[in-house]
Amino acid sequence: MASWDWQLYCTDMVTEEVAPKCFGAPGYETYLDAMVHAWGWTMTVSVLGLLVALVAGSLIGVLRTVPNKRVAMLGEAWTEFFRNIPLIVQLFLWYHVIPRLFPVLGGVPPAVLVVIAIGLFTSARIAEQVKAGILTLPKGQRYAGQALGLTLPQTYRHVLLPMAFRIVIPPLTSESMNIVKNSAVAFAVSIPDLAQFAQQASEQSSFVQIFLPVTLLYFVSAYAITRVAKLIEIWVRVPGILGAK
Amino acid sequence: MMQLDFSFLTWDVLSAFVAKGLWFSIQLTFSAMLGGIVLGTVLALMRLSGKWWLEKPAAIYVDTLRSIPLVMVILWFFLLIPYVMGPLGAEKTALITFTLFEATYYSEIMRAGIQSVSKGQVFAGQALGMSYRQTMGLVVLPQAFRNMLPVLLTQTIVLFQDTSLVYAIGAYDLLKGFEVAGKNFNRPMETYLVAAAVYFVICFSLSMLVRRLQKKIAIIR
Repeated sequence: MASWDWQLYCTDMVTEEVAPKCFGAPGYETYLDAMVHAWGWTMTVSVLGLLVALVAGSLIGVLRTVPNKRVAMLGEAWTEFFRNIPLIVQLFLWYHVIPRLFPVLGGVPPAVLVVIAIGLFTSARIAEQVKAGILTLPKGQRYAGQALGLTLPQTYRHVLLPMAFRIVIPPLTSESMNIVKNSAVAFAVSIPDLAQFAQQASEQSSFVQIFLPVTLLYFVSAYAITRVAKLIEIWVRVPGILGAK
Repeated sequence: MMQLDFSFLTWDVLSAFVAKGLWFSIQLTFSAMLGGIVLGTVLALMRLSGKWWLEKPAAIYVDTLRSIPLVMVILWFFLLIPYVMGPLGAEKTALITFTLFEATYYSEIMRAGIQSVSKGQVFAGQALGMSYRQTMGLVVLPQAFRNMLPVLLTQTIVLFQDTSLVYAIGAYDLLKGFEVAGKNFNRPMETYLVAAAVYFVICFSLSMLVRRLQKKIAIIR
């Protein structure tokens, strides 16, 4: 485990020279620079992946609850497909297989493919929560919408979804934390994220002083996301229900 | 559009490259499940013991490991274990890592399971003059296990999927088996597709079985 030398974070990764400034010194790429950069990748992949997951997951979750059996089956199939293949295998499919199978997608940057892979993987979990959220609403809500002459999309838009989404925010919070953790698999397809930084930097120096800050960064990032989600939860609360004050 | 050609994946090729990996993935899943459930139950009992010197360490252990990406946990153990136990190789390291890591997830399930058993059961045990150990072992835990069996098995399916992350330390698992075969025949796309199909068939059929079990248990309860 060797000695603890925190000056490491101020040294250049290639020349091993100590930079005049630990962060952002022109002409140098210190370990600190690289770690912050890697953290940026982790957060970018996580946040964009979460967006993809929320959009796709909500859509599929809604489809799984519509009266049309065929459409509902399509939603079920989507969920089963993305839930029963390990994330790293899905990542390889998006990264190694799909661009070569469909040359149209050949020019898509790898980071986008990784965002899609992580987003769709998570969408299956979010669809599960959204479906559960809609199904916990009393059937009468749906009937009330129909009795008022609302169309099916209107019933969802104005009656079911406003309540269902508020119900599923707590489970969605834990999914958004999971996506930060899951984003670590991106190391396998050469996205320079935190996990890859940890792997590469620890080859050149003692691993504990690389792994410790990286692990802490993951910790803090996942925690920050849960705090944001908690704020949203308080912000969208319907007065009078669901633990609102 | 590139042509896909699966003809090279004969029985011989599969048994030469993939069988070894599949066997390791299964071994890893089963031993981490058994070890994880035992250790997880101990952790759950510690957290519910009402004694702070048992509760706190268990809570810290569970909450810490659960908030770190599994990939990082695997890398940590891969580099730490040689200092503690000497060089073990990627496969044995993976066995230890997954047991210790999955125990945290099983412990949360067992905690919920123990809490799902009604208090009256504990009182009944005490009224019969049973010790804490007897009440837990003969009355509470058997019911907790049965109530949580579907959830424990679902977690095991997740565990089986997670075993593919041993990629990070180069252990030879199911995914690696397919990858090596793909490299040898210069057909990586086909082997990734088949790997995905194999994982899907295994996980999907297991989750169907769990769903049936769930219905059965629900009726008995």
